[in-house]
Amino acid sequence: MKKLFIAAAALALSAGMSMAQTVRMGTEGAYPPYNFINDAGEVDGFERELGDELCKRAGLTCEWVTNDWDSIIPNLVSGNYDTIIAGMSITPERDEVIDFTQEYIPGSPSAYVALSDDVDTKGGVIAAQTSTIQAGYVADSGATLVEFATADETIAAVRNGEADAVLADKDFLAPIVAESNGELRFVGEDVVIGGGVGMGLRESDTELKEKFNAAIQSMKDDGSLNAMIRKWFGDDAQTF
Amino acid sequence: MFSWCTDPDTLEGLAWLSCYLTTGKHMAFYRSFGTVMVLLLVTAPVALAFGFAGAMAARAHFAPLRWLGKGYTAVVRGVPDIAFFLFFVIALDQGIEYLRHKIKCPDWSEPIRQGNDFVVCPAAKMPLSSAPQWVHETYGFALAVVTFAIVFGAFAANVLYGGMRAVPRAQMETAEAYGMSRRQAFWRIMVPQMWVYALPGLGNLWMILIKATPLLFLLGIEDIVYWARELGGSKTSAFAYPHPDWRLYYFLALLVFYLLLTRVSEIVLDRLMARLAHGQATSGAKSGGRAADKGLAI
Repeated sequence: MKKLFIAAAALALSAGMSMAQTVRMGTEGAYPPYNFINDAGEVDGFERELGDELCKRAGLTCEWVTNDWDSIIPNLVSGNYDTIIAGMSITPERDEVIDFTQEYIPGSPSAYVALSDDVDTKGGVIAAQTSTIQAGYVADSGATLVEFATADETIAAVRNGEADAVLADKDFLAPIVAESNGELRFVGEDVVIGGGVGMGLRESDTELKEKFNAAIQSMKDDGSLNAMIRKWFGDDAQTF
Repeated sequence: MFSWCTDPDTLEGLAWLSCYLTTGKHMAFYRSFGTVMVLLLVTAPVALAFGFAGAMAARAHFAPLRWLGKGYTAVVRGVPDIAFFLFFVIALDQGIEYLRHKIKCPDWSEPIRQGNDFVVCPAAKMPLSSAPQWVHETYGFALAVVTFAIVFGAFAANVLYGGMRAVPRAQMETAEAYGMSRRQAFWRIMVPQMWVYALPGLGNLWMILIKATPLLFLLGIEDIVYWARELGGSKTSAFAYPHPDWRLYYFLALLVFYLLLTRVSEIVLDRLMARLAHGQATSGAKSGGRAADKGLAI
C-alpha cells in the first residue's frame, strides 16, 4: 500500500512537467498478418505499419499496447488506451458503444476452413473467436458455435477435431492454409459479414477521430494505403 | 542473440533451437517468471499484514471495528476471485483517477461519465498517457499486488483469527495474573504462540496464491501463462521462426515450474513448522514434528 502511495505521489509530482499528448494504440497482437507480436517481442503486422504511418501524418506520438480481444472495448472506454486498431470490423452493435474512423480495409470476406471437404458448415460444430462478427454469424447460421479467446486456438480446435471447421477472416486464414501442407483447406462459399475494418475510438474523442480520418483519407488519396494492403495481404486483396 | 542467428531460415536443428529460444519474445517469457516470483514475494507479506489487521479488527471490543473486520472477511471470501479481479481493479483505477481529476482539474466542465466513456482530464490520467510503458506496467503490477493482498488477506484474516482463538485460554489468564495489560498479553503471549496453529492454514493459502498468479493476465500483466500460450501457438512464415502448435511443450514447462515451486514451498513450510512448534505441547507441534521428519528425510 505504502509503495503504491509513494508511486502515486511521484507520478503526481511529475505530472505537471510534460503535457504532450501521447496516443496509446490498443491492439490484440494475436491476429497475423493484421497484428501480432513478432519474435523480438514487439507489435508487428499490417496495422503496426499503418498505425505508425497514420500517427506520423497526423503529427501524433503513438505508443503500442496489447490487450485481450475479449476486453478490448471495455478497456478503451475506461481510458486505458485511446484507440483500437485490431482488425475490428465496423458493426452497428459496436458502433453503439464506441466510434469508428472511416474504414482502412474494405469489407473482406470470411471463410470456413476444415480438415476435409465434406463438412457441414450449417449444421456441424464451428469454431470462432469470442466477440467477433464470425461468432455472431455462426450462432445465427444454425451450426453449433464453440468460442475461443484467441484466433490461434480456433485453428487448433479444428486440427485436433474439437470443431469441424473454423470461420474467420479469409486474410487471416490464407497463410495458415497455404502452409499446412494440404492438411487444412477452405470449404464452402466465402461469406461476407459486416463492413470494412476501422479504428475504434471513444465516442467522446471526436477530435482524435477527425485527425485519424484525415490521415486515412490522405493515405487513400495517394495510393499508399492500397500498396500497404497489397504488401501484407497479397496482390489479390481487395483495395480501395 | 548469437552471431549465427542473423538468417533463421537457413538454420537447422540445435542451431535453430538455440536462436529460437533466445529471441526477444522468449526473453520476455523468461522475465515473466521473475514477475511472478516478485508478485508472490511482495504479495505474501502484504496479504499477511491485511490478514493480521483483519483478525485484530474481528477481535476488537469496539463494535464498529469488529463489524468492519468480520464484514471484510465475509464479503471478500464470498465473492469469486475472478469477479473481484474484473470489478474491483477497474473500480480502484477509476476511483484513483476520479480523485486526481477533482484535485488537478477543478475547472473541468465536462462530465466524467459520458455515456459509456469514463473521461477525466489528461492531467488526471493514472498513469499519464505520456508516461513510458514501464510506468504503466509498474502501475498495473501495483494494482495487482493490492488486489491479491485484499483477496488473500481476507482468507489469512480468518486463519489468523482461528489461530488466535486456538491459543489456550489458560495462557492468557496466567499472563493477566502476572499483571500484564490486555495489549501486553496479546503481543507477548498470544501472537508468538498463534503462528503454530495458523501455519498449516497459511501454508495452504500460499499454495493457492501460487496457483492464482495466472489471474495476472486479467489485469493486463503479461505473465508466464500468457507468454506460454502466445509462444506456443502455431506460427506461419509471417514470423521469423515458424512452427506448428507447440503449446503442449510450453505448458509442460509451466507444469514443471509450478510443481517445483510448490515442492520447495512444502519443504520450507515443514521446516518452519518444526521450528515454531519446538517445545510446544500442542497437536500442531506433534503433527509439525512428523512433518519435519518427512522434510528432513528428503
